[in-house]
Amino acid sequence: MGKQYKLIHCTVNGRAREVMVDVRASLTDLLRNDFRLTSVKKGCEVGECGACNVIIDGECFNSCIYLAVWADGKDILTLEGLEGPGGEISDIQQAFIDEAAVQCGFCTPGAIMSAVEILNEGRLLSDEEIRIRMSGHLCRCTGYENIFRAVKKTMLKRLEARQREQGTGNREQE
Amino acid sequence: MYDIKALYEAESVQDAIRLLQEHPKAQIIAGGSDVLVQIREGRRAGAELVSIFGIDEMRGVCYDEDQAIRIGSLTSFSHIAASPIIQEKIPVLGEAVSLVGGPQIRNIGTIGGNTCNGVTSADSASTLMAWDAIVELHGPEGVRRLPIRDFYIKAGVVDLKPAELQTAILIPKAAYEGYYGRYIKYAMREAMDIANLGCSVNAKLSEDKRTIIDARVAYGVAGPVPMRAPSAEAMARGRAVCRETVDAFARAVLDDIHPRDSWRAAKAFREHIAVELAKRALTESIERAGGVIDG
Repeated sequence: MGKQYKLIHCTVNGRAREVMVDVRASLTDLLRNDFRLTSVKKGCEVGECGACNVIIDGECFNSCIYLAVWADGKDILTLEGLEGPGGEISDIQQAFIDEAAVQCGFCTPGAIMSAVEILNEGRLLSDEEIRIRMSGHLCRCTGYENIFRAVKKTMLKRLEARQREQGTGNREQE
Repeated sequence: MYDIKALYEAESVQDAIRLLQEHPKAQIIAGGSDVLVQIREGRRAGAELVSIFGIDEMRGVCYDEDQAIRIGSLTSFSHIAASPIIQEKIPVLGEAVSLVGGPQIRNIGTIGGNTCNGVTSADSASTLMAWDAIVELHGPEGVRRLPIRDFYIKAGVVDLKPAELQTAILIPKAAYEGYYGRYIKYAMREAMDIANLGCSVNAKLSEDKRTIIDARVAYGVAGPVPMRAPSAEAMARGRAVCRETVDAFARAVLDDIHPRDSWRAAKAFREHIAVELAKRALTESIERAGGVIDG
């Protein structure tokens, strides 16, 4: 059998895409080679390290063990998609910098995408829950504690901000 | 790029059967967390694949007409753990599948794949075994259902006929109603690890909570395939809820299991752990059922 291709349609970082993919490609291959989204790292390539983690329809997946053809019809978010309209970085990225949760940076995009999945739930997680939810990432530099602090700090900040907003909302209604 | 010879994407269960008949050498790929890793390792390099990943009718947890809990074979571990039906009726299954791999693996890994790979350490398998699960298989000759304990043939081999695929796992009402369970995974790490031993126990108590009406126990990694321990179950069935019953039950597991030495753990260690986990898991199952163990 010769080379086999499939035309797929998906949304990547908010932009509709149409692309011809080799059926042998992983989603990591597609995102890096076709879309130049190099935040998606090739680490272990067997679904253990989490460096290639992206969000698909709201859930985290290791894109290295996800066939590119399966992305048909899906909504995919990578770290590049966190960029603000003026090119600014997001609160969780800033927290990783502030907490020194980045050293070599190779695991960082994947870890941040897991953090984004957690933060998008908009609820208060216990320390234990945060550790479990972040457990799909191997970091050889930071010893995890700084990553944990960055995620927790951002979660608390966002929840406080929401409470303040709701507080003002209530007063305005009065 | 993966070393894949050809990929055929099935759009329905019937379509999958047809593709498997047309390509008899093709292997089924569901979530791919085993198959793709094995292709990468070279063990399955050059494989022809029938992808069933897109068959959404095989996803989700619901009740069937007989009040059996029906888990579509493509349901991911995280969706099983989040299912209100599982949380209400068999919370232990949600707890067991929440110990598989890490978060991203639990989003892609399917319960069908976890059982069809025939692996003894599969975290869902011992609990399904301990809850008398039924597997539903679709093939060219139609549908057949068989108890999960008959589904396992030997290490890595399950009773899947040519062009057949597993479509659902069912837990009959009689198998879950009134039962409370606990699964304990013994592994070296809290995430991304394979069990040295897994023990799933559940119990049903009398109305006054003083007698064990039924107790069931199943192990992973205590033999080449997940297995029940019938001698231990017999030691608890109909007995009083007390420390002696729990101890007798736990000791009796050694009559049934036959773990082996491997680089992960020694046989003697696995036997020791098997007794201890049976004790703890039955104790906690009884407590969850509302029973009290004195002393």
